[in-house]
Amino acid sequence: MIEITNVSLSYGTRTVLHDISLTLSERRIAIIGANGSGKSSFARLLNGLVLPSTGDVQVAGLNTRNHGKDVRQKVGFVFQNPDNQIVFPVVEEDLAFGMKNLGFSKDKIAAKTTEILTRYDMQDLREHPAHLLSGGQKQLLAISGVLVMDPAIVVLDEPTTLLDLRNKRRIAAALDALDQTIILATHDLDLISDYDRVLVFEEGRVVIDDIPATAIPAYERLMA
Amino acid sequence: MLDLYSPGTSPLHRLSPGPKIGALMLGGTTLFLFENIWVTLTALTLVLAFYALARLTLRQAWNQTRPVLWILLFFLALQWWLSGPELAAFVVLRLTTLLMLAGLVTLTTRSSDMIDTITHALRFLRPIGVNPAKVGLAISLALRFIPVLAQLTTEVREAQKARGLERSIIATAMPVAIRMLKMADDISDAIEARGYRP
Repeated sequence: MIEITNVSLSYGTRTVLHDISLTLSERRIAIIGANGSGKSSFARLLNGLVLPSTGDVQVAGLNTRNHGKDVRQKVGFVFQNPDNQIVFPVVEEDLAFGMKNLGFSKDKIAAKTTEILTRYDMQDLREHPAHLLSGGQKQLLAISGVLVMDPAIVVLDEPTTLLDLRNKRRIAAALDALDQTIILATHDLDLISDYDRVLVFEEGRVVIDDIPATAIPAYERLMA
Repeated sequence: MLDLYSPGTSPLHRLSPGPKIGALMLGGTTLFLFENIWVTLTALTLVLAFYALARLTLRQAWNQTRPVLWILLFFLALQWWLSGPELAAFVVLRLTTLLMLAGLVTLTTRSSDMIDTITHALRFLRPIGVNPAKVGLAISLALRFIPVLAQLTTEVREAQKARGLERSIIATAMPVAIRMLKMADDISDAIEARGYRP
């Protein structure tokens, strides 16, 4: 569970999030809103990549201010552009990066690498150069690189924005099948129709907080 | 694009990076110690035999030299002019052998294994404040992002070409620099998000 209490976030004189208080406990939560509405900044607060200017974010009782590293182990983060997230030149090396950081044994790293590549039908790409993967494969690798670290919650910041329809569906299916709690910032309303909760951001504030059947039409009216 | 590690199960692939890097250093020194064309020719034959042992193709061997072909041709012409054809052929042959030997190490060694070995070997620098793990990560990032930056530059160049600015270096360099800085921020966040503890 993530507890957000009176959180504001400013960069210099520009305030991007205004006094937000929320408790996030649902299994599937979507964050939607126009460009610049504060979605990405909010998503980055949830695993301590960004710290609030005022207020607190607590993940399972751990404050992101003093337990950043522990929080990041619990909350995985997938970025919009997988090219900026894949750190090593070869697929299996990149998958191993996060696991090595957590101190996993060599055998455990090998076993988890095999398991995740099999899950996404990418066994043949184990020793493949990362820069030669397709866009969809790169995003699956980026997601896999987070999942092998066994996070309880996965936050994704517009993971399908750069993908074609086929790869979008592939990523959506991969997300649907996950046991973890998913917090998804997206412009893709098709992805979130069966989510438990939708937060609509507008100028750094949560203006709608409801189930998709109510929140999505309200958001569409807001954007009209 | 870079032709880095070529997956395989040959004895050279299975050999740990330490002896391969050591052999590269020893081979390079030997080539320059013995200024003899027969030693160089023997070394080149041996290197080619090792390519065969590693089950690498002639094309992969050639690819190691091709990017610096113009530099080799320049050396050939310069040495020919200064010292005659025999010395020119010898100098170029020696450089080619060295390049192919280095390429052999790269093609048969995973970058993560290479980085682990370098990180391990740099431990002696710890007392003077150098963090070997950071050096290792920096090398890895450089290898990973060379093709990404090449792609980025191509994209920007095409965009500027569409606007009729293909001759302006600044019109390409500025957007590339700005996107690289933005990318550096994102990469730093991504590394942090994946639990990196320097």
